[in-house]
Amino acid sequence: MNVLVCVKQIPDPNAPGKLDPQTKRLVREGVDLVLDPGDEHAVEAGLQLVEKDGGEVTIISMGPPRALEAIRRALAMGAHRGILVTDPELENSDALSTARAIAAAIKGQAFDLIICGTESTDGSSGAMPAQLAELLGLPLLSFAKKLQVSSGKAVIDRQTDEGYDVVEAPLPAVVTVTGGMNEARYPALRGIMQAKNKEVKQLALAEIRLDGQAGKAALTQEVVEVVPAEARKAGEVVEDRGDGAKRVADFLKELKVI
Amino acid sequence: MAGVWVYAETVDGAPKPIALELLTKARALGEPTAISLGPGASKAAETLGRYGAKKVYVHEDPAFVEVLASPAVDLLARLIEKEPPGLVLFGMTYEGRDVAARLSARLGTALIANATDVTNKDGGWAVVSPVFGGSMLVTTVSRTKEPTLVLLRPKAVTAEPAAGGEAPQVETLSDPVDTSKPAARVLRREKEKATGPRLEDAAVIVSGGRGLGAPENFKMLDELAAELGAAVGASRAVVDAGWKPYAFQIGQTGKTVKPAVYIAVGISGAMQHTVGMKGAKTIIAINKDREAPIFKMADLGIVGDVHKIVPQLIQEVRSRKGK
Repeated sequence: MNVLVCVKQIPDPNAPGKLDPQTKRLVREGVDLVLDPGDEHAVEAGLQLVEKDGGEVTIISMGPPRALEAIRRALAMGAHRGILVTDPELENSDALSTARAIAAAIKGQAFDLIICGTESTDGSSGAMPAQLAELLGLPLLSFAKKLQVSSGKAVIDRQTDEGYDVVEAPLPAVVTVTGGMNEARYPALRGIMQAKNKEVKQLALAEIRLDGQAGKAALTQEVVEVVPAEARKAGEVVEDRGDGAKRVADFLKELKVI
Repeated sequence: MAGVWVYAETVDGAPKPIALELLTKARALGEPTAISLGPGASKAAETLGRYGAKKVYVHEDPAFVEVLASPAVDLLARLIEKEPPGLVLFGMTYEGRDVAARLSARLGTALIANATDVTNKDGGWAVVSPVFGGSMLVTTVSRTKEPTLVLLRPKAVTAEPAAGGEAPQVETLSDPVDTSKPAARVLRREKEKATGPRLEDAAVIVSGGRGLGAPENFKMLDELAAELGAAVGASRAVVDAGWKPYAFQIGQTGKTVKPAVYIAVGISGAMQHTVGMKGAKTIIAINKDREAPIFKMADLGIVGDVHKIVPQLIQEVRSRKGK
């Protein structure tokens, strides 16, 4: 059972993000960068599968050289090796360019399953996994809240508005996992030490032979304007001195909720 | 006028609310064509017409509901090749996202996600999406050939019937659906018993975050919600921690809600969350941290211990309802 897990390094979601008004790109300087918390569940799902059935987990990411740190974090959790697609030409790639680069970078890799988070916490278009599945001609099992693999098939519980659907696909397949599917392990010190010696292959655009299908010339979209949204006005903020609940109830009464 | 297509999701032959929202937006931009797929799809045509669809493509093959995304992508790609529209609108839903994303990879055209508005601009489309919790709005344009594919967030548009909406021209398709490729097949559907209103429809929402301290403390929110006839929601932090399933998640990743009253309990107001609820008419926040960003947008904020205040609030509500 060989599993590829796609991960993304993002600005710490707990710190407020900023866009550079000039370049209309995310300000990365002075911001902590972390492995996307949503992707930790994807790594965990991959690790649980190979721990049960044997095999290896390969982490793949696209990003600046610093994104290596996010891969190391996943390796410290227990993944076996990493691939980082990194090239200045790939900066500011949209989801489709990213999917093309990942698809090209894994050409020749043997895998049974590709696992991704449902969407990145920063960009959150959620398009990349489905685009990757389409480019590879693979089925996509999306929004999984439970994943089981046996006898050449993957079966998921797929989140729906009303409950869930049980959905099955033959391997190889792409799966996206929702938060809460598992509890992602915290890297142990031993894992962190071992991660330093694990192989991470770095690939530049020329090495994945995309010929104009990714990179600046292939961007599918462009941000032309960034403006502040109309802000909500703050109302009254009061300390609870034993009457907080009463204040809320009064307000709910005023609003005719009760 | 430019052709604007709408991927109209239906359930048992009735259009989902998002389909009518998309049509309301589509008819402001051009001449709408709706695509309605799956058993019973033709029954949806009349309603789609009332909301502005001039033409409805219908295909009733069961494969459209039994197999995820691929049959719809195959059909859309064929239709688009014959007669490319300028724009195709999808809902930012479980189904819409998979179909739109696969289609964009198939066609090599731009997919702009998380949109809250689309306008005509210089013969193309300008797509507005909120970022950073809705504190900033970015406008994105396509740089590829047509059509531009847009995923519109639910509730970004209020669905309204078209003035003089007429019966649409219905074209029933019967081209064979290719089910030979490896695909994701639905084996069965499970409905989870829901108590109270759906998050998307609720007039009042009680929502919990990390500040609740432990998953079992959601019980008091369930209790409060039951008293108020409210739905229960959650922040991403608690969904990631496994306290609540993804279906409860409100925010950038998750659901967009627009209730009359939103009660945020132990939610700090990370931007990831606020983008999904800032459309609420009135926001009430209870949090122990005076500096929590949620207080900057709340109409009433109580700084205090949620474990004390919520049980007291349940009692208050009960006693007032008793009167």
